[in-house]
Amino acid sequence: MAQSGWCRAPGVLITSGLGSCVGVAIYDPQAKVGGLAHVMLPDSQQARSTENRAKFADTALPDLVEKLEELGARRHRLVVKIAGGAQMFSFSKNDERFSVGRRNVEATKRVLGELGLRITGEDTGGNHGRTMIFTTSDGQVLIKTIGHGEKVL
Amino acid sequence: MQLSNLQLDALKEIGTIGAGNAATVLATLLGRRIPMTVPQARLLPLSEVVDALGGAEKEVVGICTAISGDAKATILFLLPLERARHLVRLLLHREEGEGGVFSEMEQSALGEVTNILTGAYLQALSEMTHLQFHPTVPAFAHDMAGALVDSILSEIGQVADYALLIDTDFVTDDEGEGVRGHFFLVPDPDSLPVILQALGVKDGCNQKER
Repeated sequence: MAQSGWCRAPGVLITSGLGSCVGVAIYDPQAKVGGLAHVMLPDSQQARSTENRAKFADTALPDLVEKLEELGARRHRLVVKIAGGAQMFSFSKNDERFSVGRRNVEATKRVLGELGLRITGEDTGGNHGRTMIFTTSDGQVLIKTIGHGEKVL
Repeated sequence: MQLSNLQLDALKEIGTIGAGNAATVLATLLGRRIPMTVPQARLLPLSEVVDALGGAEKEVVGICTAISGDAKATILFLLPLERARHLVRLLLHREEGEGGVFSEMEQSALGEVTNILTGAYLQALSEMTHLQFHPTVPAFAHDMAGALVDSILSEIGQVADYALLIDTDFVTDDEGEGVRGHFFLVPDPDSLPVILQALGVKDGCNQKER
């Protein structure tokens, strides 16, 4: 949680038990390098402590792209798949509490847009947890759940 | 933030008193005595919470209650799946479908137990601190431990770095088979100092008798 990882093919990157957090898999299919961020919160500007840059969408994603470029990726080739951002607990309908999942997804998309990256696969929202398994040899992302099946992005 | 042994003892003591209160109410509800103990209270870094539960992908039942009032907090009561089923059987005195989803009746039975535990704990906390706490109606989820914990932590995770874990064991049948529930009190970042101050252990030395 609140960490990013990156590697070259054939490495596999996994983030387990995403709830309201958003997993962001960024891949260069030509250089075959990939990175996976586990975004916990939308915005570092609203936090008191920003020591862990990997926690926030607006800092984790630019940092990760930079790492991938160091590994030989080119920004115009990068494709992105995102998952998570669920609301695990629902209180009354107009309760803003536990809306952080939705806000994480919105912030992630906004930041990706600013970075000029395109999203080619998405499995977000709902009320269930997800595990992401990102294979950097082919860029596939397997989504595992409890009771909501599996899918490949 | 580091808690001293004295501060942890104070919080654990509240847990024990709360468990005593809860045992009495549960006994009335179930028509028999439910011995309960609080083997430990620990302050965990957020990153270790999921490991303490057996891993991010472990299938669990979680019931979440938001606390408003003088010191805001979130309480998450987590049970491993098989223990939750066992508890439901005891509560409803019947066999329900295994493995699949929890029916509304089952969810509300588990919600009620959580209400009792939460209420008992908050009552003990309130008596010792003279602070007011107001719990919401609990919300139910059955999913991966990591997903439940991460949702709670992100909600307050702007700054919070720790959670208070109060394990609660209750012995629920004649063979002495127990249910260990993990009762997490996750104070909002500003709340823990308020609670410790009200307990008279803010600086790690007991000032209650001043």
